[in-house]
Amino acid sequence: MLLSAALAGLLLCLGVSSSASAQEALGVHGTLDDQQEQPVPGVSITVTDANGTEIATVVTAEDGTWAVPLEAEGDYVVALDESTLPEGLVVRNCKPQLEVTVTGDRTALFPLDTQVDGCTPGESPGGGTPSETESGGEPGEESSEGDDGAAEDAAADEVSEVEGEGGATRAISLLVSGLHFGLMIALAAVGLSMVFGTTGLTNFAHGDLVTFGGVMALLFNVTFGVPVWLAAIAAVVLGAAFGWAQDWGLWSPLRRRGTGLVSMMIISIGVALLIRNATLFFIGGERLRYTEYVGQTPWDFGWLVITPKEVVTGLIALAVCILVGLALVFTRLGKATRAVADNPSLAASTGIDVNKVVRLVWTIGGALAAMSGVFLSISDGVKFDMGQHLLLLVFAAVVLGGLGTAFGAFVGAMLIGVFVQMSTLVVAPELKYVGALAVLIIIMLTRPQGILGRRERIG
Amino acid sequence: MDWQFVFSQALTQAIGPTMLVYALGAIGLNLQFGYTGLLNFGQAAFAAMGAYGLALSVVAWGLPFWWGIVVGLGAAVVMALLLGIPTLRLRADYLAIVTIAAAEIVRRLARATVWSDTTGGSDGMRGFSESFFALIPWDRGSTWSFLFVSMDNGRLAVDFGIFELQYSYRDTWIMIVGWALVLFFCGILALLVHSPWGRVLKGIREDEEAVRSLGKNVFAYKMQALVLGGIIGAVAGFVFALSRANVQPDTFTTDFTFYFYVVLILGGAARVFGPVLGAALFWFLYNMLSQGLSEAIRADVISPSVLEMTQVGPLVFLLLGLGMVLLLIFRPQGLIGNRKELLFDVR
Repeated sequence: MLLSAALAGLLLCLGVSSSASAQEALGVHGTLDDQQEQPVPGVSITVTDANGTEIATVVTAEDGTWAVPLEAEGDYVVALDESTLPEGLVVRNCKPQLEVTVTGDRTALFPLDTQVDGCTPGESPGGGTPSETESGGEPGEESSEGDDGAAEDAAADEVSEVEGEGGATRAISLLVSGLHFGLMIALAAVGLSMVFGTTGLTNFAHGDLVTFGGVMALLFNVTFGVPVWLAAIAAVVLGAAFGWAQDWGLWSPLRRRGTGLVSMMIISIGVALLIRNATLFFIGGERLRYTEYVGQTPWDFGWLVITPKEVVTGLIALAVCILVGLALVFTRLGKATRAVADNPSLAASTGIDVNKVVRLVWTIGGALAAMSGVFLSISDGVKFDMGQHLLLLVFAAVVLGGLGTAFGAFVGAMLIGVFVQMSTLVVAPELKYVGALAVLIIIMLTRPQGILGRRERIG
Repeated sequence: MDWQFVFSQALTQAIGPTMLVYALGAIGLNLQFGYTGLLNFGQAAFAAMGAYGLALSVVAWGLPFWWGIVVGLGAAVVMALLLGIPTLRLRADYLAIVTIAAAEIVRRLARATVWSDTTGGSDGMRGFSESFFALIPWDRGSTWSFLFVSMDNGRLAVDFGIFELQYSYRDTWIMIVGWALVLFFCGILALLVHSPWGRVLKGIREDEEAVRSLGKNVFAYKMQALVLGGIIGAVAGFVFALSRANVQPDTFTTDFTFYFYVVLILGGAARVFGPVLGAALFWFLYNMLSQGLSEAIRADVISPSVLEMTQVGPLVFLLLGLGMVLLLIFRPQGLIGNRKELLFDVR
């Protein structure tokens, strides 16, 4: 902070002095000081002309100053010999060489610090253009910025041209990838919504069940060398077991103790932190990939480019969602589940074992979340916080569809998935999640019960 | 292994600048969650409002420092109103989901490249704290000592014999201001919650319908609590930004909010000094664990094959998550809380 302020001050002085000294003799000079503004003596600085001929090598004086008189106007390279710097000091912007255009008495500054800032030492040995403000009022500054701007414009033109060419194709591709993403969200959302419906718990750890699936498949695939399809099945089974175990070991006892829903919600945050950091502990912070299906050649239909893995995982997810839906409507247990979600006390009084139903919901929810995790990882790789980022979209889907309803969660998930992907047509891709979360807030404002939720007391 | 060093470090941090950030954020949360029962999961966003309000005003718009403070507080109020109006009429868990989403929106907008010329994108901003540190009443060279407290070239050292606390020139100033703010807000909170206004808040937490039937405007009271808590959150953001001399979008993740909750529950929600106690204990435990483990690895007490240096951070947070779960299950009232005050529910 001090340093940049000092440099800004220097810059001001330079602006004044360079105009005042415009009529003086030709040359390059400067003062070398460190981050505490102590002068740095004994550093050698070499000035070469545009042809590479060395003009002079000087050593900075006790007060850190140095100067090289020149005979002709033109472009010169001022190079600081980093090996002569005192121990621990480096050129902060990694530009020990500056190209300067000399029309009078020029100043060349090297910002010194104990560590580099946003660059790698040894990079750009040819001497970057001195366009950074720290390097002093070099004349190249204005023009080089202009160049950058022009280059950016050109790049932007290129992009917009490409978009113009295949706008419709791009929209279809985004729609399809949105549907795929929506199915992945749906797998996670059904479980979250049903857990909420049956127990009232807003489970902030549900995203980490997704991560769990991805990591388990990674364990089987990479560590045990099992093919991905088998690893995926194993991960889903383990996900189901994990969901069952969570309810058996944690949530069911808590319900029996009569722990409040708010406490349980915060406990779920603790569980999320626990699972996420355990994942980080074991697999590290890198994005890891499975051994198969990584770089798949896409099918090109002209109007749509899609990878086979997307088609397969999407179809499986769709089939699973339909199966879950059919089971909820037609099987005895499915009907019981919906009854508990509707009104737990009434369901219990009709002879339904509520705890058994909740256990089932946790098991199915865990399995579906794990499946979502595996499928997402097949496309994008496994990362410890993948579930955390998905969780907010899952929430958005669940709220959009109506908290506590399985079908609402599915509809909401598809809408959110398509919305997230299609919004990149209009907004920057990095802001696509923002749009989805904004939708969540707008839904809250206008229709808090969601699309398929029933209007009841929620206030 | 240097236990004295580890212990000194942990104690230094337990009352240091970062602890003050957590204490302030949790005080705001205490008003919202502890006293009113509002599940604000976006306290990180309120802190971000403060930090970015200050940084943007000073760096991007060239306003004086004190105007930056005003802008930061104003941004927090606006944010509280925007979040509160749609959700405070709904059930508590809706507020939780909306605030968590809003916090994520704020973070993603702050790190977006679209306006990174102004906000610095994911690198954040710096260069706004000079006028704050220019206020330091003693100069960098001052040296004195009084009993076991001494100052050496602007650095403060408190030597207790078996352990020593050391603070840099700037940290000392942050701590003086920060502790003053903590005590100020604790005092305000103590007065507020023992006033009729505070009793209405507690009533809302226990039974909203009962309070409504007494003719109180529940929505207005909730909104006041949300705004006031958000302002205290913005102050936490100021201290956070100034103590680091920069703002970075990725420090304002939802995890930041979660640690506020850990701090609050650890100390005891619905107690005036709960957050302060919780922050000190949380930060002491965190530093004790991470410094102790790092030191143990360095001294070869734990072999690198068992635990690598880069795994210390995740392991400590894993243990903190586990601690949070166990705490809520077995002692939900924290250190000094009252169990009966925390039985409220969302339905």
